[in-house]
Amino acid sequence: MPGKDLESEIRHGHHGGNVMTVAQPCIEPAAHREPERHLWCISDLTVSYGEVIALSSVSLNIKENSVTAVIGPSGCGKSSLLCCLNRLTDFIPGCCVSGRILMHSKDILGGQIDDTRLRKQVGLIFQKPNPFPLSIRRNFELPLREHGIRDRQEIEHIMQSTLEATGLWKEVKDRLNKPAHQLSGGQQQRLCIARALSLRPDALLMDEPCSALDPISSGQVEELVLSLRERYTIVIVTHNLSQARRLGTDVALFWLRDGKGTLVESGPASQVFEAPRDDLTKLYLRGAIA
Amino acid sequence: MYLRSPARASTVLSPMLIGAGALALLASALIAFIFFVVLGEAMAALGEIGLWRFLTDASWHPSSGEFNLLPMVAGTGLVAAGAMVLAMPLGLIAAVFVTFYAPSPVATAYLRLIELFAGIPSVLYGLWGLVVLVPIIADLAAPGSSLLAASLVLALMVLPTIALIATMSVRSVPLERIQAARALGFTKASTMVKIVIPSARKGLAVAAILGAGRAVGETMAVMMVAGNIVQVPESIFEPVRTLSANIALEIAYAMDVHRSALFVSALVMIAFVVLATALLEFVTNKQAMPDVHPD
Amino acid sequence: MSTLTSAANPSRGLRWDAWAIVLWIGAGLIMAAFLWVLLDLLGRGLGQISWSFITEAPENAGRAGGIGPILVSTLLILMVCLAIAVPLAVGVAVFLSELLPHRSRLRRIVQISLDALAAVPSVVFGLFGNAFFCIQLGLGFSILSGGLTLACMVLPLLIRTTESSIRAVPQRYRLAATALGMTRSRVILRLVVPLAVPGIVVGTLLALGRAMAETVALVFTSGYVDRMPGSLLDSGRSLSIHVFDLAMNVPGGDANAYGAGVVLIFALLVINGAVLCLAKTWKARSGMAITAAT
Repeated sequence: MPGKDLESEIRHGHHGGNVMTVAQPCIEPAAHREPERHLWCISDLTVSYGEVIALSSVSLNIKENSVTAVIGPSGCGKSSLLCCLNRLTDFIPGCCVSGRILMHSKDILGGQIDDTRLRKQVGLIFQKPNPFPLSIRRNFELPLREHGIRDRQEIEHIMQSTLEATGLWKEVKDRLNKPAHQLSGGQQQRLCIARALSLRPDALLMDEPCSALDPISSGQVEELVLSLRERYTIVIVTHNLSQARRLGTDVALFWLRDGKGTLVESGPASQVFEAPRDDLTKLYLRGAIA
Repeated sequence: MYLRSPARASTVLSPMLIGAGALALLASALIAFIFFVVLGEAMAALGEIGLWRFLTDASWHPSSGEFNLLPMVAGTGLVAAGAMVLAMPLGLIAAVFVTFYAPSPVATAYLRLIELFAGIPSVLYGLWGLVVLVPIIADLAAPGSSLLAASLVLALMVLPTIALIATMSVRSVPLERIQAARALGFTKASTMVKIVIPSARKGLAVAAILGAGRAVGETMAVMMVAGNIVQVPESIFEPVRTLSANIALEIAYAMDVHRSALFVSALVMIAFVVLATALLEFVTNKQAMPDVHPD
Repeated sequence: MSTLTSAANPSRGLRWDAWAIVLWIGAGLIMAAFLWVLLDLLGRGLGQISWSFITEAPENAGRAGGIGPILVSTLLILMVCLAIAVPLAVGVAVFLSELLPHRSRLRRIVQISLDALAAVPSVVFGLFGNAFFCIQLGLGFSILSGGLTLACMVLPLLIRTTESSIRAVPQRYRLAATALGMTRSRVILRLVVPLAVPGIVVGTLLALGRAMAETVALVFTSGYVDRMPGSLLDSGRSLSIHVFDLAMNVPGGDANAYGAGVVLIFALLVINGAVLCLAKTWKARSGMAITAAT
């Protein structure tokens, strides 16, 4: 079992606790040295579900137009981190978030950005492909209409271009009115990526996007991620170290310490993989511990 | 389900929430509303006749000012009890049969048919009772329309409901428990009696309560075969009149206090329903049971 | 090997102990009794069915002629019932399943009162409908009164089935839609409810069957008049009342009572078949089970 994925975390979220999102006031503009290069500046982020602390005071900057691979063992809060970045934590019962996340210098936890607009800017790809059980076309229509695009031709155009960008157009162009879940798992996942791209986001969050796929589909999705990394900021959670090596420009390793998810080490992929600073990282990369 | 943080609580109060919430309140207030409408209609009789006389009057002759409901209460109770005495064991037999004894195609077909019979309108059971069953009973003992006929027809009507719920609860007995009993050398029959039925008792209680509720409330089929004479029967071959049949027979021409008295008998039936629902809540303690619908 | 396993693998190596014999005989007798009812009805009633029986008006208090106006009245009553009950039920079900926290007290209160409503005998619904719709609202004995009364009656069943089909929509679709920036009300209106539609249709069919089987609640509300209704405010006799009236109050009406009974059974069979087919095809298409109970 690949540990707790986003859905099961949301489903099994603790009941009863008060739902709170506590945002600290913005004290100083973060990352003032390189203001253009970081999409997200996370400082002192703590996420808890009732008594369980999933993430404990994490500070991490995520570079623009790069792929940040988030690695670490199961249950160390990697998925919780993704949930914070598009504020899907609002929907987890009993989830309490504190700290500060700046995106384009705006505090997204403090409500400086409308949450639906935030989610339009930040697409999320789930572990298990989840196209709506509707036609392929309708999978695009639904979110696009929600964001005010009603013109049929425009929808058609966006759908075609994103499907082309994900390499799916040739495979599905004759069956756009067929149910999306008749596609193969890999196709479904690429469809989900295309659907997220159709909203012209700045960033894509991917929660182990390949772990439910066969090796060939997995490879196709990886290639897709590589082709997207020039234009989008991508954060990808993965259990697969070699995948992290292949895709990541940056790497963040999380670990479960005293029952709390903590950030062990982060930095450019070459540095983390070739010259890890932390002993834990060394051991983990050698496969000595898991 | 979704919960939102207090920071965004204001967005929760959307028109949708208000609209759907209003509908839910409306729907859940409906039972109270029905009760108050019936109570309102019954007030005249309760004021004029008083509760006591419904139990102590010589008989039920509304035209001559006699309002004793007891014969009808007894009739309802006897007919329903007779039906349950027949239907409960049969329902249990059907449940054990389809779960443990029937080959699976037979079991599936059997359940499909039982589901079909659960949906047959009561008036058609009544029609069969009137045309087929009553003459047969009349050959045994006149007049045929009797407590026995009503109980038999009613038993047939509630049997599908009881059998379906009993099947559900027998099927939900954990397999390990049954295998453990078999491993301990219990015979199939004693596993049934000592393990399966006690384990399923909660569901069986639900089946009994829902079946009894249906039996008490049923009107048409009973009215067609019970003979409808106001009396406490002395044998199962004598005619009886149930509360619900009494209402259906007299409401068309009842006026003033008489009409109001019929609403009093409806109150009695509502009281029974409240009791049964409370009992059901008590027995199931919710959550513990799979969804069971009275049908 | 133990033969006592599940229904899927039950009877291989069955020992014919006394219990098995009792159970086979008992189950056989139960089925025989039901088949007696059904075959008696079909045997006596099928001969009555003809095109003219379906379309013509009843004559001589129903002893002769057909059931044309009665079918029309029945359909109108059912339409009124569903037109009121289905939207109401969908609204309530959305509230219960999507908007309320799972363990809230309000939710429990609503469910208990709906359980109680489901347990109210139909004769009480009839009295209520008579007192409230016919007299207090002044609708008189009419198709409208009858349909409204039936709507109250089937409401708990409809809410239950609708709620469970909304719940059967997997959470991941709601999350996916939310992650695409859809607001919660849009997720419900555009995605969740449309995905639950097949389940709602099945629930509606079940409610339709229940409403069609109902007799006593309609006797006091939609009345006995067997003419072709001119409007919803006219009295109209339902098929089940027609069967009852011919059997009980019209000497010599048995034959046509059976004929009308066969039509009623046939309609219910069609509904039953439709429910089975829909549930099966829907499950095959979307992978979501319909959890509506019968």
